[in-house]
Amino acid sequence: MIMVEYALLFIVLAPFVGGLVAGVDRKLTARMQGRVGPPLLQPFYDVGKLFQKEQIVVTPSQHFYILSYLVFIVASGALFFAGGDLLLVIFAFTLAHIFLVLGAYSSYSPYSFIGAERELIQIIAYEPMIILAAVGMYMVTKSFFVWEIMASSLPLILYLPGVFLGFLMVLTIKLRKSPFDLSTSHHAHQEIVKGVTTEFSGPMLARVEIAHWYENVFLLGFIYLFFAWNPVYGIIAIIVAYLLEILIDNTFSRGTWKFTLKSAWIIAGMMGLVNLGVLYYLSGVVPV
Amino acid sequence: MTHLSKSPWILHYDASSCNGCDIEVLACLTPLYDVERFGIINTGNPKHADMLVITGGINEQNRAVVKNLFDQMPDPKVVVAVGICACTGGVFRECYNIAGGVDCIIPVDVYVPGCAARPESIIDGIVRALSVLEEKKAKLVKPERAGSGGER
Repeated sequence: MIMVEYALLFIVLAPFVGGLVAGVDRKLTARMQGRVGPPLLQPFYDVGKLFQKEQIVVTPSQHFYILSYLVFIVASGALFFAGGDLLLVIFAFTLAHIFLVLGAYSSYSPYSFIGAERELIQIIAYEPMIILAAVGMYMVTKSFFVWEIMASSLPLILYLPGVFLGFLMVLTIKLRKSPFDLSTSHHAHQEIVKGVTTEFSGPMLARVEIAHWYENVFLLGFIYLFFAWNPVYGIIAIIVAYLLEILIDNTFSRGTWKFTLKSAWIIAGMMGLVNLGVLYYLSGVVPV
Repeated sequence: MTHLSKSPWILHYDASSCNGCDIEVLACLTPLYDVERFGIINTGNPKHADMLVITGGINEQNRAVVKNLFDQMPDPKVVVAVGICACTGGVFRECYNIAGGVDCIIPVDVYVPGCAARPESIIDGIVRALSVLEEKKAKLVKPERAGSGGER
């Protein structure tokens, strides 16, 4: 059953949760580097400041693309939390990022262009694995609807360990963490000026940031689906996965785009495919 | 105090510095000083920056670059000249290729003297620049309000 109230809760609460998660991220990152780090609410201060700044418009179409990016990220997340069709969620999610790429391409800046190209490579890299995750959930629960996957009493993680590990790998790309933060990095360490966000300033950059918070909450919700049979394990899995991502972010240097593509397709993709193959062969043996 | 002074993002540009002041600017980011405590981040993008931190004097080669960087920054913005070369041209003032301090092409709000400027004085200069940033923001907002209020 589609639950609209959860979608509304997501739309209202996700920016606060996403911003807090970003604050914890920055604090932990600083501690790992032996620094004190910014206040917990620093991401909110940053976005508040960006809304007070002058907006330099390079091309008017930027407005449309960035607003579409935000709207489609929110729509895909809302659809996910409402219990909608997982495939539709993934397509809306991909479309949102295409808008970000178009926004970066709309200005004639070489830095923005390289960022957009790299963002496209990242989409190419993570997309198959996210589809595989949805297919794996379908194979176990016989449904693409999030609410049916949530209602399933089967422990998905035991059926889909390879898919889960593969998903964690592409999650590193999605959360813009090293070694896969090619197109832009949310840390101060610079990547070809600022990659895909180079030409966005002031309120426009704030919208990109807020969209990223929504996106992170949606992705953490996706982790929860693997553990939906037991909410306690689900929460623990989200926390452990995010801490792991912060650790990876601080231990690895940035890789090349080829390394990203190979990691996402050959390693993560193979883990997912082998997992699905085994599941197919055992379909007569295990209760699916 | 608004959010503006809680998250100043810095653009650091080396005009013609000997690298002494640049190393001291970067030292502010290390665990010992850790300016990210105050939300200060060193961005590499003028369009994201609130503060332009310049080291070294202006010469004929970087005159256009500094002007361009300043113009690309969204308002409100402040300029901090770090080191005596950025303030006045320093010992290079009389050189045939040096135009002088940063203030000969763009308005400078805070001067941080020293050769090289110490991290403590750089942080002090940036904190002083925060109040200038707030003042500039207040000035940006005022004309709009007066216009909409219809006071004539």
